Amino acid sequence: MKEIYLDNSATTKVCDPAIAKMVSLMTETYGNPSSLHKKGFEAEQELKAARAFLAETLGAERDEIVFTSGGTEANNLALFGAATLGKRFGKRIVSTAFEHPSVLRVLEALQKEGFEVCLLKPDRSGKITKEEILGAITPDTVLVSIMAVNNEVGTILPFSEIGGALKKIAPRALYHVDAVQAFCKIPIDVRKSAIDLLSASAHKIHGPKGAGLLYVKKGIRLPARALGGGQERGLRSGTEALPAIGGFAAAAQNYEKPAKLLPQMREKALLCRTLLSGIEGVLLQSPEDALPYIVNFSLPGIRSETMLHFLSGNGIYVSSGSACSGGEKSHVLAAMGLPAEQIDSSIRLSFSRDTDETQIRTLAETIKLGSQTLMRTAQGRKKAR
Amino acid sequence: MKELFLIKLGEMVLKGQNRAAFDALLLKTIRRRLYPLGEFDVRYAQSTVYVIPKDESCDMDKAQEKLEKIFGIVAFTRAAAAEKELSSICDTATEYLATALSAAKSFKVESKRADKSFPLTSLELSREVGAAILRKFHHLKVDVHHPDLTVRAEVRDFGAYLHTDALPGAGGMPSGTGGKAAVLISGGIDSPVAAWMMARRGVELVPIHFASPPYTSERAEQKVVELLEKVAAYCGPMKMRTVSITHIQEEILQKCPEELFTVIMRRFMVRLSNKIAQDEDCGALITGESLGQVASQTMQAIRCTDAVAELPVFRPLIGTDKAEIVALAHRIGTYEISIEPYEDCCTVFTPRHPRTKPPVFVAEKAEQALEIDALVAEALETVKITPIRIK
Repeated sequence: MKEIYLDNSATTKVCDPAIAKMVSLMTETYGNPSSLHKKGFEAEQELKAARAFLAETLGAERDEIVFTSGGTEANNLALFGAATLGKRFGKRIVSTAFEHPSVLRVLEALQKEGFEVCLLKPDRSGKITKEEILGAITPDTVLVSIMAVNNEVGTILPFSEIGGALKKIAPRALYHVDAVQAFCKIPIDVRKSAIDLLSASAHKIHGPKGAGLLYVKKGIRLPARALGGGQERGLRSGTEALPAIGGFAAAAQNYEKPAKLLPQMREKALLCRTLLSGIEGVLLQSPEDALPYIVNFSLPGIRSETMLHFLSGNGIYVSSGSACSGGEKSHVLAAMGLPAEQIDSSIRLSFSRDTDETQIRTLAETIKLGSQTLMRTAQGRKKAR
Repeated sequence: MKELFLIKLGEMVLKGQNRAAFDALLLKTIRRRLYPLGEFDVRYAQSTVYVIPKDESCDMDKAQEKLEKIFGIVAFTRAAAAEKELSSICDTATEYLATALSAAKSFKVESKRADKSFPLTSLELSREVGAAILRKFHHLKVDVHHPDLTVRAEVRDFGAYLHTDALPGAGGMPSGTGGKAAVLISGGIDSPVAAWMMARRGVELVPIHFASPPYTSERAEQKVVELLEKVAAYCGPMKMRTVSITHIQEEILQKCPEELFTVIMRRFMVRLSNKIAQDEDCGALITGESLGQVASQTMQAIRCTDAVAELPVFRPLIGTDKAEIVALAHRIGTYEISIEPYEDCCTVFTPRHPRTKPPVFVAEKAEQALEIDALVAEALETVKITPIRIK
């Protein structure tokens, strides 16, 4: 049985160039970048190169990139830091109700500290408009955090149109973008979009787990969360995880430009949506113009886990809601105001550049088979009667 | 100074003619469990099992953890061995128990003289050891009624031993002395506890787990493996049978009244267990039911399931409360695993309003819609064996 991996928004397979880079950074250039000897110098050069390349990808400068352990740490660093800087000027924070838990949990903590957190709700199609976001911003707003792409339904938020307008309403406010699902997949320019802070992660783009970055615009002095040897501009001390960081940069380098890859991905997503729509009872949660890497659908009456294990038994790996929540109810679909039975039966498919048409056709056929053979829940059975 | 364990046996000593077999089995178990921890000399004399480490490389702390989990041991002590002469006994007492003696405010000495050739009587020995302790630990007072610490000196055939109070053992009977039984095990809190309780009575276990892929996941099954590993730490390795009952469940859902789903499913579980148990020479089934806990555990529902049981069904938890079961689950170490949230085969298709008091004839009549024998035979084809080891 051939395996079909369609859980690429949870994590991806590491690409060969990243593996090669990591091996060389563990076996040859294994020095500590802070060491003064040649081994250390060589490691430092590698670190600089990785930083420079990733900065360029975002339209940033090399010294604006802070390496972290991943997206969660980058989000924590950004939000706690921005709130600390902003609390002298105001206490309002604007974000959305369907952010990743590594944003929502931090905002909850900040709310307990006395911040006033406004979470915008998406509509039933999973969208939030630029006007709605700007409308929630008041002059005393100190932080706005918007995800670039939603991890469960794939909505592309108008993140590139917020920054400039934000500064006109609230000049002191910092603008954070959680770009974990968007990095390398859609064009991002931190200068043009007036972004102050941006999080990204390696393992969503065929890099290793354990590396991420936070872009911090020059001039913003976030308070440190880990004290020590002063690495990463003193913001996050600790010997740099060079193999993971090097793998991150190599993976980004190996990622085709959006202009080339996005049209291909759109074809895949469209095929998938068309085939799924042909199955009786299927509801699509992803908006039509969502990031074409993600298709979220439901088959009310068949629990998510049941379909997931059925597909898994057929060698197809998908996710119920998001992989992070490990079986809990999707807060994203709940925020969209969808009915419980649609949420309980939701499945997220997430593609990679390696996903091909045959795989999508096999997927659709298998889902169809499941929809015909799997038993419905008590609620589902009641409905059918 | 040499440290060793002295093990007291429980109700085993009350056994008559079978006693020797019981002893042999226990010694074998002790030797096997301690095997990975170094070389220990394990021998039986004067109603006591001596566990003597061969050298310093033997891990006494790990050995203690192992001994705490061997059924058939009611209590044991970690003691220091001394020569059978007064000066050695006194020196060993003050040296070996120095930490405990420093921490205590009062103490007393109790002596036992199993070797009657020892020149001092028990009382005289206690007095001498007490005096030696007082000479070294000036802060201590003797209190024979409520001492902080009781120093025990035992003079036996091979030597003299010094220790404080005995540690509680797992109790019960050595594994394998109570026959063999099949235990129906879910991922819940109760069934691992029921399995442990019967294992403590010396029963060798054949665990049977029912899965319904794809409605239940590999993680749910892995959870059962982890639960059984906790039980195996006490009763030894087992071989779990996993049976897929997906098709049976689908058939019941389609052909029988929804309110009877659970009771009919449980009757199938018992039928399948009958077969597996008899193939494995088991003398009984074990379940984790507690009367009235859920709809399928009412007296009437139990009568329905027992109507198809061909072997006696042991339900060690039938008269216990949930709180008592939870306390035992904590002791065995299964609780934290049991509460992990994975669907098991009992909850997937739970009817909205299950019938709590189904008469046997109602279940039998509803089942007429099903090809019982064929379904049972088909499910038995899916049996998968997973070895459960001591971790």
